[in-house]
Amino acid sequence: MSFKIVVLWSDVVVIATLLMLIAYAWRIHGSPNLRATWMKVLRDRAAICASVVLVLFFAVAVVDSLHFRRVLSQAAGASADQAQAYGTRTESLLDVLLARLVAGRETSYSAPLAMRGFTKDSVDVNGQIERTYPRLKYGGEMLSDDTQWRGDVTRMALVGVGIGALVAMLAASVIALAVARKNRLRFGEAAHRLLQGRTDLPWRAVVVTVLAVCMVFGPLLALAQHYHVFGTDRTGNDVFYQALKSIRTAFVIGTLSTIATLPLAVGLGIVSGYLRGWVDEVVQYLYTLLSSIPNVLLIAACVLMMQVFIDTHPDLFETGAERSDVRLFLLCVILGLTGWATLCRLLRAETMKLSQLEYVQAATAFGVRTGRIMVRHIFPNVVHLIIITTVLDFSALILYEAVLSYVGVGVDPAMNSFGGMINLARTEMSRDPLVWWSFAAAFAFMVTLVLAANLFADGVRDAFDPRARAFRPRLRPTALT
Amino acid sequence: MLNYFIRRCFYGALVLLGVNLVTFMLFFTVNTPDDMARLNIGGKRVTQEQILKWKIERGYDKPLYWNGGAEGTHKATDTVFWDRSVSLFALDFGRSDSKSATDIGHEIKTRMVISLQLAVPLFVLQVIVSVAFALLLVFFKNSPIDFWGVVTCVLMLSISALFYIIVGQFLFSRVFHLVPISGFESGWEAVRFLVLPVILSLLSRLGSEGRLYRAMFLEELGRDYVRTARAKGLSEPKVLFDHVLRNALIPILTSAGSYLPFVFLGSLVFESFFGIPGLGSYVIEAITGQDFAIVRSMVFVGSVIYILSYIVIDVAYTWVDPRVRLA
Repeated sequence: MSFKIVVLWSDVVVIATLLMLIAYAWRIHGSPNLRATWMKVLRDRAAICASVVLVLFFAVAVVDSLHFRRVLSQAAGASADQAQAYGTRTESLLDVLLARLVAGRETSYSAPLAMRGFTKDSVDVNGQIERTYPRLKYGGEMLSDDTQWRGDVTRMALVGVGIGALVAMLAASVIALAVARKNRLRFGEAAHRLLQGRTDLPWRAVVVTVLAVCMVFGPLLALAQHYHVFGTDRTGNDVFYQALKSIRTAFVIGTLSTIATLPLAVGLGIVSGYLRGWVDEVVQYLYTLLSSIPNVLLIAACVLMMQVFIDTHPDLFETGAERSDVRLFLLCVILGLTGWATLCRLLRAETMKLSQLEYVQAATAFGVRTGRIMVRHIFPNVVHLIIITTVLDFSALILYEAVLSYVGVGVDPAMNSFGGMINLARTEMSRDPLVWWSFAAAFAFMVTLVLAANLFADGVRDAFDPRARAFRPRLRPTALT
Repeated sequence: MLNYFIRRCFYGALVLLGVNLVTFMLFFTVNTPDDMARLNIGGKRVTQEQILKWKIERGYDKPLYWNGGAEGTHKATDTVFWDRSVSLFALDFGRSDSKSATDIGHEIKTRMVISLQLAVPLFVLQVIVSVAFALLLVFFKNSPIDFWGVVTCVLMLSISALFYIIVGQFLFSRVFHLVPISGFESGWEAVRFLVLPVILSLLSRLGSEGRLYRAMFLEELGRDYVRTARAKGLSEPKVLFDHVLRNALIPILTSAGSYLPFVFLGSLVFESFFGIPGLGSYVIEAITGQDFAIVRSMVFVGSVIYILSYIVIDVAYTWVDPRVRLA
């Protein structure tokens, strides 16, 4: 089976994010100062657990970002030198891994783990037309009658739990081994310390998180082999699959939009704070102008204009996936271009403060050029602000996407996203009988992702901003300082 | 003071001019009026005559910025920019782009009254409830109440407002039949329709607001005057409610003030979910109907309200804290 690799704009973003994270990790490794700060983040139990969850979600997003198009088999009689034709469907590696879910499309709604449809239909039973709940094509297809359902589901779930437990055990032993190597202990001693929570980093919390994740995803994946674990939506698509696909959209919006704010926010913030004078006036005018337009309205206006452009230039995009991807990409750029004011204001104020410090004055006295001062002396000292803002914005943007999709200026309706799922769920929740599973799935995935992002962001903020640490709630009063 | 006020107003007008220019460029230069006509008429085959007719009906057939063919001042005034952008300053919004061509100015006036009915009680309650919640957490600092309170806050702010709305509507309207699902009536009847959106909106923001105010109070608690007050022998409630609360008013004002524009503009999501015909749902209708004239007018109205709100907040600072002098 040959295929053509397709690189969408947002794929580049996800892969670039991955590479940047690796490069940054390398840098942390090399700098004792940064390492100490990030160790502080990891020592925070909530933050390290959250990062386990985030890494898992990010892995799904990365796997979902490797796209390709299959080669269509040559039509009979076509000449050999004719150009290869490619399928119109752009698939990702995740689609291949979940091929059964994609192929097992039903005709309409079905409840989670169901083996029969949700609504009655006319079915041909032994030559007679009967009104009944039709059997699903994919959900429980190998069961011969309804009585086997309970046993089969229980068995599969138990298998899932077993495999999950095994994976968690494996992860725990790897961690114990690492602890043993680092502290030059025997494996048994290290495992004992790990279980008692007497390690340098809160590894026990990590093990518990991994165990919890495995306990949830083990049964889910095991059951997904034969059932729709979260049911199907109105057109019969698997909801679990949609939720997994939405993760990538959320990640792209969260990362790309903040990355898109950085050039303007950092550049203008530092320049205006350091140079002052008319440059400062102009920059201040620009961000006052920008922030005086209500955000949603400005984004809506930009997205509407982008939409008109995409609609009037259909020839620019080869496939539907490309079109919705460009829309996602431009949406993030718009979010970035309209959202730089806050960070810019923050950096401007910090730069003004820094430019009065002795080391900057010394650099000026030594005749260091202005540009060099800004790049070498100011920028490294505001990086912590940029990191804090970036991680804090990440979760806010994921939440924002849902609202924008509801307003009608979010991602392309053809693209899976949490906002789109909630939007559809809204009509489903007013149906009778109630269709609740799309809503529940979107809720579970989104809350997990956003909560993890928030907890991680809090850990990062506390590590980089000592002032914020004082506001941490504690269960026991600490000694007065 | 007056001097400052005049200068702020002047700067506001300057910003407004920029906003106007930016929106105009966004709406008329990125896509030509022809593109918009094609989109608005819809269908695959749109003839040139149809486009021209659509443009003439709405006055988009004139030159965009400069009419070289006209006489005298008409060179500048007989353009789309003058008709559609400069006239906004006189609060003349013109008619919408859709087939019904409603008067935008009239719509905005009637809908703003409805938005205010939802937003004013919400704004007041939001500040009171969030501050009270934060004070509770701060009062029980370093205790399980504080700890689990903050955990609840983080959990609550991780949930999208849409979830609150859908679950709330489902529970209170469908299961318990306490309030109507959506809709609006004028007069006292409106209360029945407004209770649920107000409560849900409060809940959806309580997490972030509560945590924010808690941090503000804790920051104030670390100051010298608090130590002095405690050293004087004042009881902790007295320190907290008399001294800290008054001093925290400035940061509270700043953060609450940033919501002031939405008091007038209404909440997009809540209004449209609950079928309240305010400005928020007006915007959503315009966006889904691709009525650009309404979106443009609303951007302008929104900015005017933003700028005015910030001037009001600045003046309020002097009232809350006599030390602040505006110059």
